[in-house]
Amino acid sequence: MTLAVFTFYVFSTIVILAGLLTVLSRNPVHSVLWLILAFFTSAGLFVLLGAEFVAMLLVIVYVGAVAVLFLFVVMMLDVDFAELKAEMARFMPVAMLIGVVLLMELGLVFGVWNFADQAGDLRQAVTPSLSEAHNTQALGEIVYTQYIYLFQAAGLILLVAMIGAIVLTLRHRPNIKRQNIVAQINRDPAQAMELKNVKPGQGL
Amino acid sequence: MISADLNIVLPELILAVYAMGALMFAVYTGKDATAPLILGSTAALMAALGVWIAISGSGAATAFGGAFIDDGFSRFAKVIILLSAAAILLMSQSYMERIGILKFEYPILIALATVGMMMMVSAGDLMALYMGLELQSLSLYVIAALHRDDQRSTEAGLKYFVLGALSSGLLLYGASLTYGYAGTTLFSGILETISDGKMPIGLLLGLVFLFAGLAFKVSAAPFHMWTPDVYEGSPTPVTAFFATAPKVAAMALFARVAHDAFGTVTADWTQIIALLSVVSMFLGAIAAIGQRDIKRLMAYSSIAHMGFALMGLAAGTMFGIQAMLIYLAIYVVMNIGTFAFILSMERDGQPVTDIDGLHQYSKAEPLKALALLVLMFSLAGVPPMVGFFGKFYVLQAAVDADLAWLAVAGVIASVIGAFYYLRIVYFMYFGEERDAIQTPMNAYNWAALVGAAVIMVAGVVNLFGVEALAAAAAETLVN
Amino acid sequence: MTEFFATNLGIALIIIAQSLALIAFVMISLLFLVYGDRKIWAAVQMRRGPNVVGAWGLLQSVADAMKYVFKEIVIPAGADKTVFMLAPMMSFVLAILAWAVIPFNDTWVLANLNVAILYVFAISSLEVYGVIMGGWASNSKYPFLGSLRSAAQMISYEVSIGLIIIGVILSTGSLNFGDIVRAQDGDWGIFNWYLWPHLPMVVLFFVSALAETNRPPFDLPEAESELVAGYQVEYSSTPFLLFMAGEYIAIFLMCALITLLFFGGWLSPIPGLPDGALWMVAKMGFFFFLFAMVKAIVPRYRYDQLMRLGWKVFLPFSLAWVTFVAFAAQFGWFWGGYARWAVGG
Repeated sequence: MTLAVFTFYVFSTIVILAGLLTVLSRNPVHSVLWLILAFFTSAGLFVLLGAEFVAMLLVIVYVGAVAVLFLFVVMMLDVDFAELKAEMARFMPVAMLIGVVLLMELGLVFGVWNFADQAGDLRQAVTPSLSEAHNTQALGEIVYTQYIYLFQAAGLILLVAMIGAIVLTLRHRPNIKRQNIVAQINRDPAQAMELKNVKPGQGL
Repeated sequence: MISADLNIVLPELILAVYAMGALMFAVYTGKDATAPLILGSTAALMAALGVWIAISGSGAATAFGGAFIDDGFSRFAKVIILLSAAAILLMSQSYMERIGILKFEYPILIALATVGMMMMVSAGDLMALYMGLELQSLSLYVIAALHRDDQRSTEAGLKYFVLGALSSGLLLYGASLTYGYAGTTLFSGILETISDGKMPIGLLLGLVFLFAGLAFKVSAAPFHMWTPDVYEGSPTPVTAFFATAPKVAAMALFARVAHDAFGTVTADWTQIIALLSVVSMFLGAIAAIGQRDIKRLMAYSSIAHMGFALMGLAAGTMFGIQAMLIYLAIYVVMNIGTFAFILSMERDGQPVTDIDGLHQYSKAEPLKALALLVLMFSLAGVPPMVGFFGKFYVLQAAVDADLAWLAVAGVIASVIGAFYYLRIVYFMYFGEERDAIQTPMNAYNWAALVGAAVIMVAGVVNLFGVEALAAAAAETLVN
Repeated sequence: MTEFFATNLGIALIIIAQSLALIAFVMISLLFLVYGDRKIWAAVQMRRGPNVVGAWGLLQSVADAMKYVFKEIVIPAGADKTVFMLAPMMSFVLAILAWAVIPFNDTWVLANLNVAILYVFAISSLEVYGVIMGGWASNSKYPFLGSLRSAAQMISYEVSIGLIIIGVILSTGSLNFGDIVRAQDGDWGIFNWYLWPHLPMVVLFFVSALAETNRPPFDLPEAESELVAGYQVEYSSTPFLLFMAGEYIAIFLMCALITLLFFGGWLSPIPGLPDGALWMVAKMGFFFFLFAMVKAIVPRYRYDQLMRLGWKVFLPFSLAWVTFVAFAAQFGWFWGGYARWAVGG
């Protein structure tokens, strides 16, 4: 067993265990923490594959940003998870049935699965040869040159998501004090204060 | 290479860049005060693009390594999509203003949804298909919930979103199985791997999931559950939009996938489509009978109509595609007219949608009642109207493809369905006295209603040449 | 002997020895950084600062560390014990991990990764977990508020740091620190550094680094006037020491990053003088001095101002800069100052 194989098994075991614990943990925050471990270890598996760029992106995007927001939400949510679980238990038989059917279908497909004769060549045709290009460069060529159309389309979808979030949730509440930096800077003593000569014993 | 590609996607590019520019313009100037202006310019641009595509387009070309296809079929669909979207936009302005939700994002989201639809009908790759579909769907989820202070509108948006996400999941699963077998996401590549006409079981499963996802988007039974609720809850102009352009785009996409990617194994998918078709026709016809709300009624009506359109696809022939395209074009015109009327229905200044208000309507507004009568007859498929010819074409396509049983089922379903269209006509002319509705219309809605009715009658002569155009379009898809 | 170092065991031993040397360097500098921080701060306020333990108080940090270690660890009754203890360890270990790819000289680097800069960015994006976990596990109001603030703050500024880094990457065409520094080498010494073409980003990066490491004036997660000590309220003895050490190591790492990205790493500023690790350390020390001065001089921001600065000023500006650099590099504007591609563009 070489070092790489050994590392692979260690990482895979951790990923699977962490994934299991994500589902089984009673405390939702612990679930998210296990999920983070699963992400992180998957990044390790990517490194073993030689795709270090993807591995780093996985950590930066999923662990560094998405999971933090997850954690945020789970910590702040006031949800009774026990009740939610009880609710889930009611639908468990149906869910199990569907799950089993799907699993059997998958098994069926797996049993008779075959690839088209040309499949291997067609798959190869898309990626630049890794002996010529560094994998980060190869990825860049695929995403930004070959699939530029899809990349831009994905950008448009994100734009729509952004517009949607704003349209559906933004409310401009009146009567709220906001800091106006420009006004604040442009204020001078002449406008801001007024000197009054108060005579003794008279008050204002 | 890139400039040639960009040239091919120029209409989409213009619309997308316009949407972004309009967004920036509105955000930095008057916000919602600019909405009427943006609405008008969006409609104008979409109409102009539609006309431009109709006039200038010729030949077939692919861009971005085959991910985008520009051919007669896609241009035919794009013209319908753009023109109908523009018409619905113009019709919706007064209604949105009345209920106070004319936001500047509304026309922009419609424009982006239209970009998505144009990408869908031009998709030449599973990934491009998914991108277009999501762009369209996401915009539609948002505009379904646009009336965010209205519980039913938010409910409609949420329901649409959750079920839509599920269907996208099915579609993606199917796409990944397809990719797993073929090793490529290009439709032409997939077609190549099954050029011997044999369908391996894994690919078949992928095809089934793909079609299930697409059937959801065209709201074909049994994937129609969301349709009535979403139609009822969404603001009426949004419902009008749902009933027209997205349906055309999804049907065109359906045909595109079926013929471009699985064209050599028609026998494997025509039976699926035929089943979807027959279930949709009957469900749409029977479930609509009990409906008193005209928006729900139109929802079931659209399910039934999609069943008929699918019949054309089920034929699996060039003539079938031609019939489907003709059917869609007619369907869109009928819906624009009908929704122009529904948009104007109100009682004491409040929009209403119950059909009880139509009693004795012909006494108050004979001309509009006549126009609606023509449209209802046409929707029902009563012979002299154009709607009949749409049905006639798809039935003929089914018969030609040895699907006589499907054609017979279609005739029966259309007879059942005629009941509820004719009931509206009955109410208008022979109903008893109830508290009536008013239908004040602005020029756009009036023109749309009467124009659609006139087309339904005048089109009998030669269908305005749509037949030949659809034939040419179908030819580029099936060969 | 040389054969032995070619075997697996030998390689492993070398790596372990190198790691230990690096950790030793970081830990020793840590001791004197804390001392220096306090001295500078004191000098600005015209105090003497630590001056009792050792000559000029040099061993003050050692004494402090000993004290922390020998105190009892108090764990609050309501705390989530595992997460509570895990948080400071994560904070400390992650801070040290990032040093693995920092080069001190042309070949003096523990792991010469192709994606080194992304690695550092990834690790520093993980550092937020120590804070969040600590705040949450304390099961107490102020720590929780502090950790929420910190999470929002670190994520916000990570975005602009990422964009600034992309600008440098665009100029270099490589994600490797060695390549980035070599791209700044030239006949003109200091005038070849990225400092000049990327000048606005140097300022932005420095400010973002302050926010990213929760240093004043952005130390809102532990703003003592509002939150007692933020996420550290319930921590005592060694765990607290780990948090604090982690924070200082992260700050020092940021100094190293600025040095490598914009100030030519180990390159000498004056053309004639030899390059070397000393330059690197000196530059890092200089930036730490700036960090300390900022802490002493600038008053604390309010939270909404912090967010406004991050999202409405830094983000658009750095995004615009990336676009500009992309054009400048592609078309060779400014005599190719933006295009020093290490690998074929």
